[in-house]
Amino acid sequence: MSQSTLDYESTVNTEQQSLGKRLFSANTLWTGLVLLVLYAVFSIMRPDAFLTLFTFQTLLIEAAVLLVLTVGMTFVIITSGIDLSVGSVLVFAGVVGAQVMEGMSPGGDATGAGAGVIAVGLLATVAAGAAWGLLNGLLIAKAKIPPLIVTLGSFGAALGAAQLLTGGSDVRTVPAQLRDWLGFGQTAGVPHMVILAAVVALHGAWLLRTTRFGRNNYAIGSNAEAARRVGINVTGHLVATYAYVGALAGLAGFMSLAYFGTTTISGHSTDNLNAIAAVVIGGTSLFGGVGTVLGSVIGVFIPAVLTKGFVVIGVQPYWQPIAVSIVLVAAVWLDQVRRRARNSR
Amino acid sequence: MSQPILELRGVNKSFGPVHVLHDVDFTVRPGEVTALVGDNGAGKSTLVKCIAGIHPTDSGELLFDGEPVTVGSPRDAAALGIEVVYQDLALCDNLDIVDNMFLGRERLRGLTLDDAGMEEAARKVLADLSVRTVKSVRTSVASLSGGQRQTVAIAKAVLWDSRVVLLDEPTAALGVAQTRQVLDLVRRLADNGLGVVLISHNMNDVFEVADTVAALYLGRMAAEVPTADTSRAQVVELITAGRSGDLGIPAPETATV
Repeated sequence: MSQSTLDYESTVNTEQQSLGKRLFSANTLWTGLVLLVLYAVFSIMRPDAFLTLFTFQTLLIEAAVLLVLTVGMTFVIITSGIDLSVGSVLVFAGVVGAQVMEGMSPGGDATGAGAGVIAVGLLATVAAGAAWGLLNGLLIAKAKIPPLIVTLGSFGAALGAAQLLTGGSDVRTVPAQLRDWLGFGQTAGVPHMVILAAVVALHGAWLLRTTRFGRNNYAIGSNAEAARRVGINVTGHLVATYAYVGALAGLAGFMSLAYFGTTTISGHSTDNLNAIAAVVIGGTSLFGGVGTVLGSVIGVFIPAVLTKGFVVIGVQPYWQPIAVSIVLVAAVWLDQVRRRARNSR
Repeated sequence: MSQPILELRGVNKSFGPVHVLHDVDFTVRPGEVTALVGDNGAGKSTLVKCIAGIHPTDSGELLFDGEPVTVGSPRDAAALGIEVVYQDLALCDNLDIVDNMFLGRERLRGLTLDDAGMEEAARKVLADLSVRTVKSVRTSVASLSGGQRQTVAIAKAVLWDSRVVLLDEPTAALGVAQTRQVLDLVRRLADNGLGVVLISHNMNDVFEVADTVAALYLGRMAAEVPTADTSRAQVVELITAGRSGDLGIPAPETATV
């Protein structure tokens, strides 16, 4: 109790210390190490097949869509919420965007559509996702229905709505220009899908770490009542957060359109669980108030590297979900141990 | 005696048929600690919530700096410089001390948070209050002791150029040494010129730091007396019976529920 009042040493390098601390909480460091070790092990076992530019590029591209969903999911889980609907909202938004682009093209075939149509398609896709997220947010924050139930409802309803719009079959004409530029395009060896996902992740990390919106996000997840008492608009913040996740799901839907060239209606039923798993592996607490975007990025790549690695070294791919599940349960267990250690103080 | 900074005159408050506050007069002076005592259900919390703008009063006057004011919401109270530290402290465990102190009123530099500036200001407030128990202002609140948490909650209330701070049982959950620290802090707040209201059940605390004791009995202000002019026994009588000798509510018949 008699130690000097304040830690004057840290006054000197305030910025460094807090930035370092903020970016690399011990937790993130460990999951990052796990990722590096996994990558190194597969690289040593099959340097010819795993340690290639092509493998690295496909690894990144295949993770890009999930990464965009995961950035939004990080925000929601930090508020101690959950969003089970991201995969279905992705499909719904993709269908809306694809149909808008078809509708603007002669003969309903969007394959030859130009930049203008693609831009409108992008806006429509993101707006459709955001609208669905807004609905989630209003039901959760205003009507006070638990997020698990609201988004479980949206999970079914958004997919159903997408199938109603298309009559159950996929929209198959996607502008070739969009596919060439975003789906397969590269700049200096870096796929455009990856650049877009990285921009989203960096923006998310900036928003969460350095803005009032991000700080409020942590405060609400940590103690919503305290946040309310100091005058933070908790309801408005939650609505905005779910709308943000929806908008990102829309963007992910647009990326999926560009990459697969179809709306892949039946291909996203486990996106929600993959995104939640990635966020939790990355050290975000399901109890709220703790988490980083960087951690979630690492959390996306651990399952992705396992999948690629198992294929390359010839392990049956069925081992992949088992391995990911073990990592997931271990991550939550570590979080629990940490919380217990803290609360027993 | 200095001019009152906050004055309540004839405040009434009912919740439905329950008349919680009867014509309550209450005075807070700058540079003084006013202890607000009373048994459970006497109306202490209600009185604090009326001052804090959480409950609107039914009738009566609120004067701040001698001027009549209306406090309709916690924001109005905060704008006047009235801060309340509730018993549950309302801190965010996962955030650090600086983040908690600036919660909801973060300083911005352009679009982003001015973390370095807030850290400086937080250090300064803690130093001004001679807080010596906190090693680093970047410690998460979860890892602090009860006394340190109370200190952070009080420092948070002081940060905003507050002029009146109301503390709801700040020592209720603390051990001996920590109670000591918090009481010292309460005294320093008053010495720094703030009007401090200390709600407490603990006569030791009251007689140690308070300049004035205000005793509520069944929603009525039984007495507001200088601590020096009264005794523990008298205050306990005021709390339990509403009167003591020539102090308090005069005739027993009037003190009906």
